[in-house]
Amino acid sequence: MSNPKEAIKEKSMVIQKEMLANLFTELSNAKANGKKVVYTFVPGNLTELILAMDMLPVYPEINALQSGMRKKSGGYIKDAEKLGFSEDVCTYVKCDIGMMLNGNIGPTGEKLPEPDLLLLSYTGCFTFLKWFENLERLYPGVEIAMLHTPYQEDGKITEDQISYMVKQLKEDVIPKMEKVAGKKLDYDRLGKMLDNAAKAEDLWVKVLETAKNRPSPIDSYFAGVYYMGPLNTAFRGTEEAVHYYEELYKEVTDRMKLGLCPVTPEGEMKEEKFRLVVEGPPNWTNFREFWKIFYDMGAVIVASTYTKVGGLYDQGFRHEPGKPLESLAKYCMGCYTNLNLPQRVDLIEHYIKEYKADGFLINSIKSCNSFSAGQLLMMREVEQRCGIPVGFIESDLVDPRYFSYANIKNRLESYFQMLGQRKVIIAQEEAAV
Amino acid sequence: MKKAPERLTSLLDECKTLAFDLNFNYAKQWKAKSKYRLLVGYLPIYVPREIIHAANGLAVGLMGVGDRKQIIKGDAYYQSYICHLPRGIIEMALDNNLDNFDGFLFPSICDCVRNLSGMFKLAKKGKFSRYFDYPQNFEKHIGGTFYRELNETIINDMFKINDMKITTQHLNASIALYNHNRDLIETIYNIRQEFPWRLSAVDIYHIIRAGMVINVEKHNEMLEEVVNLISEDFGEPMDNIRVVISGSFCEQPPIGMIKSIEMAGCYIVDDDFMLGSRWIQGRIDDTTNDPLNEIVEAFLTKSAPSSAVYDVPHPKSARLVQQVRDRGADGVIFCAASFCDPALLDRPDLQKACDDAGIAHINFQFHENTGQFKVIKEQAGTFSDSIKLWV
Ligand code: SF4
Ligand code: SF4
Repeated sequence: MSNPKEAIKEKSMVIQKEMLANLFTELSNAKANGKKVVYTFVPGNLTELILAMDMLPVYPEINALQSGMRKKSGGYIKDAEKLGFSEDVCTYVKCDIGMMLNGNIGPTGEKLPEPDLLLLSYTGCFTFLKWFENLERLYPGVEIAMLHTPYQEDGKITEDQISYMVKQLKEDVIPKMEKVAGKKLDYDRLGKMLDNAAKAEDLWVKVLETAKNRPSPIDSYFAGVYYMGPLNTAFRGTEEAVHYYEELYKEVTDRMKLGLCPVTPEGEMKEEKFRLVVEGPPNWTNFREFWKIFYDMGAVIVASTYTKVGGLYDQGFRHEPGKPLESLAKYCMGCYTNLNLPQRVDLIEHYIKEYKADGFLINSIKSCNSFSAGQLLMMREVEQRCGIPVGFIESDLVDPRYFSYANIKNRLESYFQMLGQRKVIIAQEEAAV
Repeated sequence: MKKAPERLTSLLDECKTLAFDLNFNYAKQWKAKSKYRLLVGYLPIYVPREIIHAANGLAVGLMGVGDRKQIIKGDAYYQSYICHLPRGIIEMALDNNLDNFDGFLFPSICDCVRNLSGMFKLAKKGKFSRYFDYPQNFEKHIGGTFYRELNETIINDMFKINDMKITTQHLNASIALYNHNRDLIETIYNIRQEFPWRLSAVDIYHIIRAGMVINVEKHNEMLEEVVNLISEDFGEPMDNIRVVISGSFCEQPPIGMIKSIEMAGCYIVDDDFMLGSRWIQGRIDDTTNDPLNEIVEAFLTKSAPSSAVYDVPHPKSARLVQQVRDRGADGVIFCAASFCDPALLDRPDLQKACDDAGIAHINFQFHENTGQFKVIKEQAGTFSDSIKLWV
């Protein structure tokens, strides 16, 4: 295995890095500056509400994935297991708890502030509920607000569900946030943030859709997880996020005009051989090596479901300043893991057709029942409907014990071989016609 | 030593056969008697069976296949790191064990059950299949309203099939029957708490599980008989400790495992095996003009604290400690299915609560089709001995 080289940085990356550095500085000074800190989740997050009340968000999932990338997660997970957490359960939870047991040191090496509010936006994953119950015990007495997001069990969002969520927001969640923030929610300010959110969402969708181009100028999965960062976390609703997406879109369209392939940590891909749609989160502990297997084979991910966990904007959803709480409710219910299985299959089918993919691949994550339970049936459905080769690999998010490089590489190589053969056959058939 | 009454033995045999009839013959025969009857299958843990009963339906608990059915197709639907229960359910669906069922309900207990609801939709099983997304907000006008609407949706699903309108009278009558059912189950647990040798944990398991697949009227008759029979003195106490089992509310432990724990010297005086049958703590008012409101109210205020319910306002650790005290138990056996996030993520906190309360505990993991119990028996035996030594 070669050592990954230093990543090439585009301007948008530099902007994002600065945004994150500023956030972590703010977080480390939060207590000194009297800023309140809210721990919350990515899917169905209420960032605009948090920011509109001048509080600072912390996302335990992001801490966990960053611990994975910094090779710290293995130790954290073991520490949580020593505390009694089973080897079988979601490793994000264990990594987060382990990180807390080890002083809650964030990605910049500084201690993260303790929460003033646990905002449990319970969207698309039952384990979130358990995670926050555990956090509540680690921070006894902390204020905790829970927003139950109903599942789209019937493949649609109903009026009853919206009204249930709006009532929770109005009567329970916002009052608790106001209490912690020590100020009333300013709806004008919230409206402006939602307007900014919608602008950033427009740009994000445009970025995603450039992957319809041949060659695609972006990798919608491996690079997509960086691109989606500002929108999915602490910056949605801010001017900075709009600026970031303007810059990103400009870069991507420039690349598209020049007919360039995606940028990878080792430079630009030279040739797009295979276009794939991917379902499931990536592995974080060996992220670079994992990505490298793909770009070395000329495989580009043109659409992925994971980049929709923070919102399904490419299917039309936008935050609406005129209907703030309704649109927050719809946002929460619309996140990818809150879709039912038939909706997920439909979406994947749509991506495969719309983005003219050659193959469909599932990275099934041991930790994550929300994604993984049912994926084998989904795979068969997709194969039947789209008639393209499907592939299936298994890994974990942040538990290094469940990433077998050799195994995954072997499987992917055979899969790409199959895709290659199919391409030859299709070309021969087309030539014959 | 006075022997167990013969009638009890035959009744227990009947329960055992019913509990593990994975073709659900009793329920299917019950349905065949009228074209207006419905069968609604439901997964653990809880659905308000009263509404199904009032709609002329039979709620059939789908508690997994245990070690009674070989999983062939199911394993091709699930990765190795997903618990066992859903593979058995899908195997039954594909093998036509669930033919004649009109609908399926998948209570909000975890993402495996949630996604299984989508698998049933994709496989087009039943005339309806719904994720039963009960509220995690317990304010009457917020979560209560939502829960009522959820119940109404299911009532409507059933109405579309059999055209039977639920009346106030019907629903009150159904509530009364299930109140009686829970009372009788509680009575059996109470008697057993005092005289655990009169009925084994496996017997009580069969009795309650039988009630998941037959109509409540018949189950009540059986329970009444059991109560009468075990109110008499028979059998002989053993020098066993008393334990509460926690964590088996969904995927069920194999019978051999329950047996091994008792044989190793631990009377199981309480458990959460089929928590759905005992979910509502106490009675639901069966005399009002708005019985659906009573069902909603009971869910909001009388649900057993469990891994399926948002814990912060309803600490389940306090409930477990109380349960141990109330039952006069000596310890807790944490017994969760492998890969069961809800049970396993709750375990450290529950263990801590036991530690803080000075309650001894041990911990097992299982699959519903685990076949080897030697280690479990040894560990339960050591646990029992250590408690006997110290208490
Ligand atoms: S189960 Fe999946 S979605 Fe839920 S917390 Fe774990 S990784 Fe996240
Ligand atoms: S055993 Fe646990 S993980 Fe499996 S379906 Fe039941 S609750 Fe879900």
